[in-house]
Amino acid sequence: MTRILINVPATARQGEIIEIKTMIAHTMETGYRLNATGAAIPRNIINRFVCTYDGEEVFSAELFPAVAANPFISFTTIAVKTGTITFAWTDDHGTTETAVAEITVT
Amino acid sequence: MTGGLRRSRIALGLLLILAGPVYAEEIPAMEKRSGLDFVSPETRNLQADDMSNPGMLWIIEGERLWREPVETSGASCQGCHGDAAKGMRGVAARYPVFGEETKSPVDLQGRINGCRRERQKAPAFAFESEELVALTAYVAHQSRGMPIAPAQDNRLSPFVENGRKLFQQRFGQLDLSCASCHDEHWGKRLSSSPIPQAHPTAYPLYRLEWQTLGSLQRRLRNCMIGMRAEPFPYGSSELVELELYLMSRAAGLPLETPGVRP
Repeated sequence: MTRILINVPATARQGEIIEIKTMIAHTMETGYRLNATGAAIPRNIINRFVCTYDGEEVFSAELFPAVAANPFISFTTIAVKTGTITFAWTDDHGTTETAVAEITVT
Repeated sequence: MTGGLRRSRIALGLLLILAGPVYAEEIPAMEKRSGLDFVSPETRNLQADDMSNPGMLWIIEGERLWREPVETSGASCQGCHGDAAKGMRGVAARYPVFGEETKSPVDLQGRINGCRRERQKAPAFAFESEELVALTAYVAHQSRGMPIAPAQDNRLSPFVENGRKLFQQRFGQLDLSCASCHDEHWGKRLSSSPIPQAHPTAYPLYRLEWQTLGSLQRRLRNCMIGMRAEPFPYGSSELVELELYLMSRAAGLPLETPGVRP
């Protein structure tokens, strides 16, 4: 069960710069750690994050093993029109978790 | 000669009386401070904003577990206790309480596991499991902002006293007690880390070092390992007594769950 926190303003004026905050629960296992028996714990990190606004990519990020567990990503974009903002996190297993938020632009 | 010797003996006796017991003084009520006061502004900001507080990810998980019926019996926490925001408000502020069944103190996670075994007919969660930590945090979160108000129960007194003794007892190869740092040297530094007063105001909490949420028992065991002592096992009576004493010692400070600490 993936746990995600996203914060997008419910309403904004057209042209306004809005701040978006996201956080997802993920171990971000670096691949450098050993388990109790000395075997390497396989790497599994979120390696890509993409945010689309009404289908158009407005922000993306590549992540690396130095990023802490439960990555918090915050960025800004411009409120263009009323629509759906979609977030997608993809990890080394190829699993993609998504979340959506609606914004009303006046 | 003899008169001089007697006088010096009397003086020595007086000195010993004035010096009093060798126990460390407990922290006066006016000087009690949450561990939050000792962390960096960046870490404080992480905790203050629910959107950036990583502990909130466990609160979401805890809420799901609160509502979800268990497979074995179909019983959910919510089925008996109702809305946690009402039913669980203030609970964490008075725990640990006296357990009628065991005739000993029970902490919040012990109570949750007890409920799971007896009422939900489900296997207890493992200590430090994602589920137990999340559910404990969710229940404790309902009391956020409320002052710690230990249960007024005379049956608890001997256990609080045991907890106090454990707190002041020297353990391990470094010959340190909890009090050696947290009563006598709080506000100073141990290596580069500030020494807080050890008030359990924010548990279960997110430690950046752990990269996850953890219980007060985990923290106590961490400290014992740092003292090069054999840590008490999870769920042991000693850890619960220490929790009980620490909560009585922190009475009046507001709960912060889920806290964030370095």
